[in-house]
Amino acid sequence: MKGKNISRIIWMVLTLFNMAAARADWAFNFQTPVTPLAEDTLHVHNQFFVIIIILFFVTLGILIYSIINHRKSKGQQPATFTGPTNRLQWMLVLSPFVLLFILDYVVMGIPAYHAAASMEDTKTDADMVLKVTSSQWKWQYEYPAEGIKFVSALKTTQDQIHGKTPKGENYLLEVDNPLVLPVNKKVRILLMSSDVMHSWGVPAFGVKRATVPGFLRETWVKIEKPGTYRGQCAQICGKDHAFMPIVVEAVSEEKYKEWVAQKKAESAAASASADKTWAREDLMKHGQEIYEKICIGCHQPGGKGIPGTFPALAGSKLVNGPFLDKNGRLIKDGHLDRVMNGKPGTAMQAFKNTLSDTDIAAIVTYERNSFGNSMGDMVQPSQVKALR
Amino acid sequence: MTTATTATASHEHDAHHGHPTGIMRWLKSTNHKDIGLMYMIFGTTMFFAGGLLILLVRAELFMPGLQFLNPSIYNQLVTLHGLIMVFAFIMPLTTGFNNYLIPMMIGASDMALPRLNNWGFWILPPAAILLLIPFFLQFFGIGDGAASNAWTMDNVALDLQSGIGMDFTIVVVHLLGISSITGAINVIVTIFNMRAPGMTLWKMPLFCWAWLVTSFMLLAVIPVLGAVVTMLLTDRHFGTHFFIASGGGDPLLFQHLLWFFGHPEVYIVLLPAWGILPTILSTFARKPVYGYKAQVYSFWAIGILGSFVWAHHMLSSGMPLAGELYFMYATMSVSIPTAVMIFCWIATVWRGSMTFETPMLFALGMIVMFGIAGLTGLVIPDIAAYAQYHNTMYVVGHFHYPFFGGAVLGFMGATYFYLPKMTGHMYDEKLGKLHFWLTIIFFNFTFTPMMMVGLAGVPRHLADYALKYTEYQMLSSVSAILLGATQLIFLYNIIKTARGNGEKATAQVWEGAQGLEFTLPSPPPYHTFTTPPEVK
Repeated sequence: MKGKNISRIIWMVLTLFNMAAARADWAFNFQTPVTPLAEDTLHVHNQFFVIIIILFFVTLGILIYSIINHRKSKGQQPATFTGPTNRLQWMLVLSPFVLLFILDYVVMGIPAYHAAASMEDTKTDADMVLKVTSSQWKWQYEYPAEGIKFVSALKTTQDQIHGKTPKGENYLLEVDNPLVLPVNKKVRILLMSSDVMHSWGVPAFGVKRATVPGFLRETWVKIEKPGTYRGQCAQICGKDHAFMPIVVEAVSEEKYKEWVAQKKAESAAASASADKTWAREDLMKHGQEIYEKICIGCHQPGGKGIPGTFPALAGSKLVNGPFLDKNGRLIKDGHLDRVMNGKPGTAMQAFKNTLSDTDIAAIVTYERNSFGNSMGDMVQPSQVKALR
Repeated sequence: MTTATTATASHEHDAHHGHPTGIMRWLKSTNHKDIGLMYMIFGTTMFFAGGLLILLVRAELFMPGLQFLNPSIYNQLVTLHGLIMVFAFIMPLTTGFNNYLIPMMIGASDMALPRLNNWGFWILPPAAILLLIPFFLQFFGIGDGAASNAWTMDNVALDLQSGIGMDFTIVVVHLLGISSITGAINVIVTIFNMRAPGMTLWKMPLFCWAWLVTSFMLLAVIPVLGAVVTMLLTDRHFGTHFFIASGGGDPLLFQHLLWFFGHPEVYIVLLPAWGILPTILSTFARKPVYGYKAQVYSFWAIGILGSFVWAHHMLSSGMPLAGELYFMYATMSVSIPTAVMIFCWIATVWRGSMTFETPMLFALGMIVMFGIAGLTGLVIPDIAAYAQYHNTMYVVGHFHYPFFGGAVLGFMGATYFYLPKMTGHMYDEKLGKLHFWLTIIFFNFTFTPMMMVGLAGVPRHLADYALKYTEYQMLSSVSAILLGATQLIFLYNIIKTARGNGEKATAQVWEGAQGLEFTLPSPPPYHTFTTPPEVK
């Protein structure tokens, strides 16, 4: 009776497990592969899992057989052997290890060699190069051949994260500027980091590689199916590690060309806008948008900061101080200097590498005139451009 | 321990000079059993502390979104959980068992270096306090909390960014390292010098062999850990550039050195459990250990091979192809001695006459769970698929199988096995069995869902996750909390037995028990063997 109850409980839990599996749109396995690497990976993984599941159940079966039959309550007399005694037994004893050796170095080892060699070959027949630079907690993508460069950061709002508004379908897996890549082109990806280590990985591509500060790492993808693919940073990189997703839109060759033309036009427009004189309200409005996207993660809503970790901007000496000297040069450790050049050894990075002149001017203007700070001054994008 | 005191009063030798009582008995103790007990009590306390921290994490992960932990506190809790469980729970606990058991097993009167032994233990409580202090200081506005870079701290640029928590951790790592080294030296010296006449090395119980290998591994790798955290300290405060790329340093050097310690650490944790397991199996199968020498050679093989495979933790960090291939093939070679041991365990119970008391249940459970650990781990170093496993929840699920399913289950079994010997009373068998079954069920339902979401691509150390993984995370969270609650049964059972409830245990305790420790009365006298036993 007791055994029946236990088996009923186990059965119930297993049913729950199955329900969960049925509801989720992914099964017990890797995401659907869309690159040759990921297909290899999935194939190898499936093969290994069949092998290890068989090994496990064979071993468990032997153990269970022994548990059922070799028990004292069945009057079993204990044997006294402590090792193999004749040639037949020696062969029986050694056969599992021969089998394991073959599994390790032949069944698993040979395909693994080929997969690794192909993974590391980033250069042969590469059609284009993409530069990925990580920083806390966003990705910068650069297409050197096209002269395009942009930052891709989390789009999910703080309200969604803190449960104030309902969570969207792609909660935490959506970005403002997705990476766009053409299908059926071998893309050589160069990875670097501007602060700490991060890891760029998209499961559907079978790719994961760390970005190491001061070092160049590389990998490659050749996407075979148009679509939107999502990944996340895979190396703990500080507070917002969970909030730096990767979104890749794989599109046809023509659509990619259209996108490149559009991006180029956008960056030309941004450069032009840096030359015009901005009205203060426009800078403030733009500044608020950028603040809520980039700065809010550390400096918090209302510029309150996190005591001990991230300094407050409200009432800050640095923000409420001068930023240019008499000759129009940056004051070292002044407000604009800090935003443009960052503070080495902290999460405050040099934003001149990732933000446009207009963005930097708007942010500094916004910070100097918000959260109770009222400096009343402003920074023009053209000033920032001149100071680069 | 009052029972122990009364029992020893009749012992002839003790009548000549008593031993200190009260608090000084413990503070100044040089007695291997007292120190062993203190280690075990300390380890168990930290087990509950580390468990509590991770239950907060699991509660946060119950639902998507941030409910009551901010990401910074989340990272600190995950880090503290790892550091506590590895350095402050399992290592002290296994050291406790070696202190208590090795002199009894080899027929010695005590450990060879009793004062060193005392020092080794009393380093631990201050170290644990130092580890936790910065976590609490942040709530008073001092500093930015405990270390938050995960227990391996392998993102060195992040270590350099971190606040005082990192400095505390560096000091704590040094302290715990000193403690481990004193323990290791003591084991080596005791085993080589204190064996009873006739107790040759090849007659020692496997637990002594396992601890001998562990001790040599500790001596080899703990200094490397000490060096690497010292280099980190000078990088942080004294302007050196060992790991700072802009100064000509190499962040990956840190990872290499750290994993040179970190991977052998896996075996340091597991070897003692592998050593105790055959004893339990052979006792309840009433049959001698199968393949004794094969197991000893496996310990050494794993100890040596396991020290040269560290970079399989770093495959996604980038390495030359030749390096990747070497570390993959070398790692696979560890599977062979591991399989030898599993083979010997099963052959030990094969055609035995088994009974299923709680220690036996834990031992058999450990074989199965460790089997899962080995097999799920077999695929991880494979570079053909590493990108899908590395730094995902799959790895988290996987490594809890050897740590919890291997070492913790093994030592729970050992606790039940030796509890009657230590206290002189039998524990509550019904509660023990209940504890076993609940532990096995909830353990599996905590960690298999993690492997599932990991295969689907969820990275580890995430404070929040995408909606589609909710059901699995919920299942894992609920099971984790129940797993934690189950351990209270364990605690209750131990306390109940230690207070003298339960029938009196004989010297033999178990029908099939062998070994010198079972020739001593239960509980054993204060001084173990005052005249060395003769081993034929």
